[in-house]
Amino acid sequence: MKLEDLRRIREKAEREMKLREGKARIKIIVGMGTSGIAAGAREVLKVFLEEVEKRNLKDVIVTQTGEKGLASHEPVVEIHEEDKPIIVYGNVTPELVRRIVAEHIVNSNPVSDYVIEVRE
Amino acid sequence: MMEELSLHILDLVQNSVSAGAKNIHIIIEEDSKKDVLSIEVIDDGKGMDKETLEKAQSPFFSSKLDRRVGLGIPLLKQSAIHCDGEFRMESVPGEGTRIKAIFRSSHIDLPPMGNLENTFFTIITTIPHVNFYIKYNKDGKIFEIDTLKIKELLGGVPLTHPEVLGFLKKYIHENLKKMMEVKHEA
Repeated sequence: MKLEDLRRIREKAEREMKLREGKARIKIIVGMGTSGIAAGAREVLKVFLEEVEKRNLKDVIVTQTGEKGLASHEPVVEIHEEDKPIIVYGNVTPELVRRIVAEHIVNSNPVSDYVIEVRE
Repeated sequence: MMEELSLHILDLVQNSVSAGAKNIHIIIEEDSKKDVLSIEVIDDGKGMDKETLEKAQSPFFSSKLDRRVGLGIPLLKQSAIHCDGEFRMESVPGEGTRIKAIFRSSHIDLPPMGNLENTFFTIITTIPHVNFYIKYNKDGKIFEIDTLKIKELLGGVPLTHPEVLGFLKKYIHENLKKMMEVKHEA
């Protein structure tokens, strides 16, 4: 497996991006402060990335922040979507990540049982 | 609380990112003959003055007085010293910070490395504005990844593009695995 193989991916992706203007629809932010990491945020982040790959979600960006979230609810995840309030999930597990992606990201239906905050 | 060294690396990186680093180097070295394992993180963030540097290493001050540095550093320091190693933290305001934790690798309480693969994969893909150079040297066998090179190859295509994610995950997995394989001398 060679790093140069990325060139092939690039050519294909660039053709597609021209068609869509490459704009992200949704940004997923995982809290990666010390307490978040200790509570399992790395696995949460990894499963989000895997879901983006598996479902081929080209308009979703997964990123992280070191800012302290709500320590008693770590791991904490924020979903930012254009023209919509920010939805914050708490006590996120890999299993919940799969539900968030399937229900919220793909079908615009937040998993309300785990929403700990809604910010305008 | 943090049982894996690979989680500590994630935590150190987070501190560097919070300090505004644009370039972060992660150097891991394992030398069985010398019985030493070391983890080093070097950044070009805003750095710390002497007082902040001391506070960052103290479990009693760090989380309260300087919100950007959590309890991870004091825990790592404690762990390194407990394992007959040492902990060095140097910083120059305006230039950056360098942290090195050294362990005696045969120490019974040496924390496991844990899932290094996930640490590398999540770091390089979700902090795209930072350039990472990662080098893992295990008894002369080397795993190396340089995101500047990856970004050059990708042009404007983001690291979180689904196909790029798939590639990088596999790339890290395969190369780390290859490195870990023990070759038996015939």
